[in-house]
Amino acid sequence: MKHIISLLMENEAGALSRVAGLFSARAYNIESLTVAPTEDATLSRMTIVTSGSDEVIEQIIKQLNKLVDVVKVLDLNDGRHIERELMLVKVKATGPFREEMKRMSDIFRGRIIDVADGSYTIEVTGSCSKLDAFLEALDKAAILETVRTGASGIGRGDRILKI
Amino acid sequence: MDDRTPQTTHQISGAEIVIRCLQEEKVKFVFGYPGGAVLHIYDEIFKQDAFKHILVRHEQAAVHAADAYARATGDVGVALVTSGPGATNAVTGIATAYMDSIPLVVISGQVPTPAIGMDAFQEVDMVGITRPCVKHNFLIKDVKDIAPTLKKAFYIAATGRPGPVVVDIPKDITAHFAKFEYPATVEMRSYTPIMKGHSGQIKKALKLLLEAKRPMIYTGGGLVLGDASAELVKLARALGYPVTNTLMGLGGYPATNNQFVGMLGMHGTYEANMAMQNCDVLLAVGARFDDRVIGNPGHFYSKDRTIIHIDVDPSSISKRVKIDVPIVGHVQSVLSEMNDLLIAETRKPDADAIKSWWEQIDLWREKKSLVYKNDSQIIKPQYVVEKLWEVTKGDAYVTSDVGQHQMWAAQYYKFDKPRRWINSGGLGTMGVGLPYAMGCQLAAPDAMVACITGEGSIQMNIQELSTCHQFRLPIKVILLNNRYLGMVRQWQEFFYENRYSESYMDSLPDFVKLAESYGHIGMNIEKSADVEGALKEAFDMKDRFVFMNFITDQKENVFPMVPNGKGLSEMILAGDE
Ligand SMILES: Cc1ncc(C[n+]2csc(CCOP(=O)(O)OP(=O)(O)O)c2C)c(N)n1
Ligand SMILES: [Mg+2]
Repeated sequence: MKHIISLLMENEAGALSRVAGLFSARAYNIESLTVAPTEDATLSRMTIVTSGSDEVIEQIIKQLNKLVDVVKVLDLNDGRHIERELMLVKVKATGPFREEMKRMSDIFRGRIIDVADGSYTIEVTGSCSKLDAFLEALDKAAILETVRTGASGIGRGDRILKI
Repeated sequence: MDDRTPQTTHQISGAEIVIRCLQEEKVKFVFGYPGGAVLHIYDEIFKQDAFKHILVRHEQAAVHAADAYARATGDVGVALVTSGPGATNAVTGIATAYMDSIPLVVISGQVPTPAIGMDAFQEVDMVGITRPCVKHNFLIKDVKDIAPTLKKAFYIAATGRPGPVVVDIPKDITAHFAKFEYPATVEMRSYTPIMKGHSGQIKKALKLLLEAKRPMIYTGGGLVLGDASAELVKLARALGYPVTNTLMGLGGYPATNNQFVGMLGMHGTYEANMAMQNCDVLLAVGARFDDRVIGNPGHFYSKDRTIIHIDVDPSSISKRVKIDVPIVGHVQSVLSEMNDLLIAETRKPDADAIKSWWEQIDLWREKKSLVYKNDSQIIKPQYVVEKLWEVTKGDAYVTSDVGQHQMWAAQYYKFDKPRRWINSGGLGTMGVGLPYAMGCQLAAPDAMVACITGEGSIQMNIQELSTCHQFRLPIKVILLNNRYLGMVRQWQEFFYENRYSESYMDSLPDFVKLAESYGHIGMNIEKSADVEGALKEAFDMKDRFVFMNFITDQKENVFPMVPNGKGLSEMILAGDE
């Protein structure tokens, strides 16, 4: 099953490679990984989307906790949470595509953020599956380029990951 | 402010700070090898006499020797190597220590900070190379960070589940100046090892143990590293239950005590493996259910068995085998809490059930799975180890290399004390034996130290014969010379229809002459009848290094054996051949 794991770690050189190295060394899946400093500049927050059996996820959490630079780990799937990812898609906007792409963007609450003679760049945010659905819905022949940030996640209500 | 020149009289160089930190940590030995990037540090070593520097002949041996020193004493071992090739040579030693959770601080020199990333002479990304095989590592970028970083390094290495920590120090940093202040304590929000176990879980575990009909206690390297042997002995004696030790855990429970059923695992005794497989309550202490111990987890699983697991590392719990009652905590603290509860306890173990369980175990014991056929002429390797045990009265530090001789050492030398059996269990590194013996002999100068090795393994760090001479280490090398990479040959005999591909050791040196050329005493022993006399003669030479070349039976195999991937009860015994 897919899990979103959030963690806080010391904002030190090499901390990211310790996490990435752990996943490759133990052959765990990474679907996406995002990281950036938090409001406290000494801490970084990372969101990892991974998948595996309950046993594997349990090991991943334990192994992450074992890393000396990692301060706190939370499996967002243990409770209610919100997941968001941002995607930019460059699509063909010629002939019939020009109208079609605008319509698709509207349906998925996307925004066209760059307009050129032959193309649009559409920004879409949402859960990973919404972004997948958007790409599914587009005519494959129209897609020129895509870039996704990977998911960020946060617990709902009182669920707070902080030290 | 510029830190390239001392600003006040209180400022000292980074190199001197390194030395002062080691003094603060009360380090007695530093195992190392000099080179360009650590010259400033070596210059400061020249000027001090707080610790002794042991000059090895290869950096791998420096790390192994520091590792053995840590295993024998419980203190953090320290090694010092230069950048580039010095650092890469140290990697096997670091990985070996990592797999067995040995506390080490390895200081490596690095090219000067401005040269990092420039493919400079003798530059290697040590932090990157060692990341998967250290507990943690650091690259120091400021002279002011040396003291706090080394303080952290020693703290991280020794606490929680111990392990090696690498501290990489660029050369220019060791030439900069700063005031020396060694922190008294360490606070790390990201690293807080758990000490005390959960009391509710401990009570639950004790209840299960008291209700058990077929209990079993299984302990590993964690019990030895956690210095909890005395607590375990107390608990096991009070309960009267059978105990087995892993290869790494030997000596955790006295082998000569009747409750000990021998080592378990791939080459464990019949009774240990059968009891492990058939018990109804298993108490695992500082052990990790690895593939060489329980074989295939699918075969090991039993719905009739409840498992209690005490370990300082949460990630060891339920990794290969599902645990029913996990207890995360320092093994010593948890076991002593259990002992206190047991004293106050009114319930007693089920005497009838335990009695019939022991009757069953005694039936398994009657298989006598460690019996071998001795020969009046040809030397059987098992016989040498048995005699070694007798001659040293079971009181030696025994190191081994990796192979058949390692298994025979583990099976036939009955370890009654922890920290006496020093071997590479996790990584299985050939070549550790001699440097391990050096570390032990320095840790215990008056003790008997025996290195049980093979002619393949000993040649992997043979250059250390020179170090042994320089420091007058009276080690006894027990070479079980079968002219084969015996363990490889055994697998080829069993699983590859006797195709002995590249496992014959041709062109061996004359080991007696070799030993003599390094200033040692060499002995060739070729007949069974000479084994005991030769051992006595060697150990009577208390201040000499003796290299004993025992010409042993070429085709002897290690039994029992659980073939790779099989279950514990699927052992091949000696008679089944
Ligand atoms: C560095 C290293 N290389 C290869 C191996 C694989 N290996 C395991 S046991 C063994 C044979 C060891 O031969 P020897 O030292 O003569 O011991 P014996 O088995 O004959 O007692 C080998 C090659 C290893 N464990 N370590
Ligand atoms: Mg051999």
